[in-house]
Amino acid sequence: MSKVLPAGTVAPGFTLRATPDQNLSLSDLAGRPVVLAFYPADWSPVCSDQMALYNEVLPEFNKFDAEVLGISVDGVWCHEAFARDRRLRFPLLADFEPKGAVAKRYGAYREAEGVCERALFVIDRQGVIFWSYCSPVAVNPGADGILDALERLPKQGTSDGHITSSSHAA
Amino acid sequence: MGTLRVPVTQHDHTKGPANAPVTLVEYGDYECPGCGAAYPIVNLVLRHFGPKLQFVFRHFPLTQVHPNAEPAAESAEFAGAYGRFWQMHDGIYENQDRLGPPLLFALARALELSELELRDALENETYAPKIKSDFLGGVRSGVNGTPSFFVNGHQHEGSYAFEDLVAAIEQHLHAKASL
Repeated sequence: MSKVLPAGTVAPGFTLRATPDQNLSLSDLAGRPVVLAFYPADWSPVCSDQMALYNEVLPEFNKFDAEVLGISVDGVWCHEAFARDRRLRFPLLADFEPKGAVAKRYGAYREAEGVCERALFVIDRQGVIFWSYCSPVAVNPGADGILDALERLPKQGTSDGHITSSSHAA
Repeated sequence: MGTLRVPVTQHDHTKGPANAPVTLVEYGDYECPGCGAAYPIVNLVLRHFGPKLQFVFRHFPLTQVHPNAEPAAESAEFAGAYGRFWQMHDGIYENQDRLGPPLLFALARALELSELELRDALENETYAPKIKSDFLGGVRSGVNGTPSFFVNGHQHEGSYAFEDLVAAIEQHLHAKASL
């Protein structure tokens, strides 16, 4: 397994395609906790369960004002079809070109297979990794670790705890 | 692996004696094919251990991929309010291949429950909070999909094959016996 970036590291910034015509930057989400879920591939059975689970747990993540982002090396059209099929209600980012570049910076890339690890990061409101976890690739890591980390996050944020617009694009 | 964070209480649906040396908790989804396949196996396991095993079923519906899972769970809770949870539970799994609103209402009728009341309960989501609470307790305990089993509070890492479940339960029986 790769050595994923540990807690306390500043989360590397990135801008990736979220839809065929929209980018999403980590800096867009400054001031809010971010859950980054790297996973090997759309459509493979375990990840599907994992993404289906996060889809169901989304209201809980939202209670912490957290944004959930799925990331794999699949392209935008693949993500779009997968998200529609599974009715996913959170963005899937395409770490597609150059392939796996963001995953590599997080220590979450499997060189041999050319796919992302099944790695989780909870990033705090200041953009620092608060918790990270790399699961064996065939094991769905569940959501308990993420929720435990979000619960332990210090509660401070912006004055109202909210960023109202995406005016922080990189 | 996970540990059951929500202890078994009188709010749970249980089968078998409360003071049984081993308690098996399942987190399940009524539309999940794996849960449907596990259903007859769990029944065999219950018969195998008799009074030495208590069984608890908790809801873990993946509602976005299984549109019938939530209404099915709410129907089971509705039946449970009239003391017929397990009859509804069995009826759903035994007819999983035709799970949908017509089956749920037919089962209610067969159990002499009011179809009108069931309809109102589904419309008003009367039992949704109970199901949500089961689901969240499962998430916090490390449930990552269905079916997920806990044997005396320890998440079962093996499969739900008869032999695997029996072996896990026996391990806990022996641990109890050697105390």
